[in-house]
Amino acid sequence: MPQTAAILLKDLRFGWRKNLPEVLHIPELEVPRGERIFIGGASGSGKSTLLALLAGVNLPTRGEVTVLGETINRLSGARRDHFRSDHIGFVFQLFNLIPYLSVLENVTLPCRFSQLRRQKATESGGDLHSEAMRLLTHLDMAHESLIHRPVTELSVGQQQRVATARALIGAPEIIIADEPTSALDSDMRQAFLRLLFQECDETGSTLLFVSHDRQLASLFERHIALDELNQADQEGR
Amino acid sequence: MAILSLAFKSLFNRRYTAGLILISIALSVSLLLAVERLRVESRNSFAHTISGTDLVVGARSGSINLLLYSIFRIGDATNNISWKSYQKFAEHDLVKWTIPISLGDSHKGYRVMGTNQDYFRYYKYGHKKSLTLNQGQPFKQVYQAVLGQEVARKLGYQVGEKIVIAHGAGKTSFTRHDDKPFEVVGILEPTGTPVDRTVHVPLEGIEAIHKDWIAGRQVAGLQISAEEALEKNLTPKVITAFLVGLKSKIATFRIQREINDYRKEPLLAILPGVALQQLWDMMGVAENALLVVTVLVVFVGLIGMLTVMLAGLNERRREMAILRSVGARPGHILLLVTGESLLLSLLGIALGLLLLYTGLLLGQPAIESRYGLHLPIGIPALREWIILGLIGTSSLIIGLIPGYRAYRYSLSDGMSMRI
Ligand SMILES: Nc1ncnc2c1ncn2[C@@H]1O[C@H](COP(=O)(O)OP(=O)(O)OP(=O)(O)O)[C@@H](O)[C@H]1O
Ligand SMILES: [Mg+2]
Repeated sequence: MPQTAAILLKDLRFGWRKNLPEVLHIPELEVPRGERIFIGGASGSGKSTLLALLAGVNLPTRGEVTVLGETINRLSGARRDHFRSDHIGFVFQLFNLIPYLSVLENVTLPCRFSQLRRQKATESGGDLHSEAMRLLTHLDMAHESLIHRPVTELSVGQQQRVATARALIGAPEIIIADEPTSALDSDMRQAFLRLLFQECDETGSTLLFVSHDRQLASLFERHIALDELNQADQEGR
Repeated sequence: MAILSLAFKSLFNRRYTAGLILISIALSVSLLLAVERLRVESRNSFAHTISGTDLVVGARSGSINLLLYSIFRIGDATNNISWKSYQKFAEHDLVKWTIPISLGDSHKGYRVMGTNQDYFRYYKYGHKKSLTLNQGQPFKQVYQAVLGQEVARKLGYQVGEKIVIAHGAGKTSFTRHDDKPFEVVGILEPTGTPVDRTVHVPLEGIEAIHKDWIAGRQVAGLQISAEEALEKNLTPKVITAFLVGLKSKIATFRIQREINDYRKEPLLAILPGVALQQLWDMMGVAENALLVVTVLVVFVGLIGMLTVMLAGLNERRREMAILRSVGARPGHILLLVTGESLLLSLLGIALGLLLLYTGLLLGQPAIESRYGLHLPIGIPALREWIILGLIGTSSLIIGLIPGYRAYRYSLSDGMSMRI
């Protein structure tokens, strides 16, 4: 099977609204599969916007977004949503969990929307529940006292680990993390990253990691400064 | 399906607010259904205040007026009809039976009605139900009385009680026929009709107590004792109205015309069913007002739900973004939020039905024995299903409002986290 790139952007342009100036203009970007990439850039530089484009939640005004060989901006809305749930796992900065679901329900949430990930998770763990427990164990979150607690009572670091298990379940090819560590102290940050790398290596997932924190950049194979990559008019941002 | 289970969990997470909304919807639904059931049943029982009677005949006035005083004991007759005219039609070839009615006196606010034995034989109400006695027997002698159920219950009378009849209809009538008391010989079963509020005595009894009265006043010096009165001719000269049962229904309109065209006296014959319908329609305004109020109560319950759903929406934009990130479509978000409202109102409807039936089970015997109104506990009638369907549909439409807002949010926010 010819390995297509995990992500391929061509002449990507994006503005939030017609009357607003362009936020992003990326002439070209290619991310090979399995790579761990650090995306840095000033606040407001468009990092989260770029992730939303990669996820197919927003569409570029021009250009192409190709993920795993699929040009997702040509897909219908339903197919894009489907594609996202099948192939991409997310971790956000804070409050990643659905407050009314249990720890395990939060972890298995993507399997409600993706048949593919449900299938992969079941194959790997025997059933959804044990696969979720396996991931939580890796992330040191499988204590009885923790998983039966309402998610709103978990510490921030614990919440981030549950969110990571959710991003990883069903082994999606791409993991996108948007500042997942900015609420953690530096020791926690290191530990969290180690766990994340380990899991990504295990499943062979491509990791896109967004952060302000340049200190972390050295831990990644590749480092993209969005401010330099982005050709959009600086005044617009 | 996955989304609906999320909706359920999200509701359960907010179970205190959701529970309050649920209770308000359930109460309003059960109120609406109870009012509807009472309305249908009271209309039914009203339409069956009298049955089996083909014509009601009185002096010429309005048909509603005739119905009111002859059947409902409300108001007074403008005129009497002569015994002779009554006899003429009572002996008519096509007439099977008649019941004479003589009104004008009262006992402690309850109307006294003079009639004869045929009343107990032929008078029917409800679905062709005859009058039955709970205690005692029909009157046989002049100074005997049979009480309606309410009269006996409210005044605490038993068989054997002696009662005095007052002249006129007022509760505090000063002129009383206290020289000629009546003995209670029977008490009727409850009927849920004006019969319950009537004191029945023989026509001869009415005649006897008025022997020493002329033109509505007791004549001084002309005292006739109870025993002396029995010696006199007690055939009345006038009565107030009479009920007619015909040998064949086909003759109804013919006899009605014959009575209405009677030359010797201006009479009016009405079909009780038609007049009852007219009367009910006159009262329909109040009935509809009640229905409108209860419909508004349900509406207020649903608006309460809308308020809570809309108020909580902004706080949930993050939740929507997370759902979007794991693959939920904007349509899923719409379904989630609308589903919550729908779930809440369906649960409200179910709980409302439960409340209704509990209330019916507990209240039915009391209502039946006190008001003679039988409230059926059967499954909802078609109209009630329609009402429930309309509540369900309106809650769906109302639920679409926050649903659509959440949908718009999820389109504009995408995955960006907004708090
Ligand atoms: N939903 C939106 N509608 C309109 N404009 C938006 C929206 N989201 C972001 N923007 C604008 O797009 C630009 C880029 O925002 P973005 O969130 O991508 O920045 P970022 O690099 O992620 O910043 P931070 O590091 O603070 O998270 C900003 O100017 C922001 O105001
Ligand atoms: Mg951001």
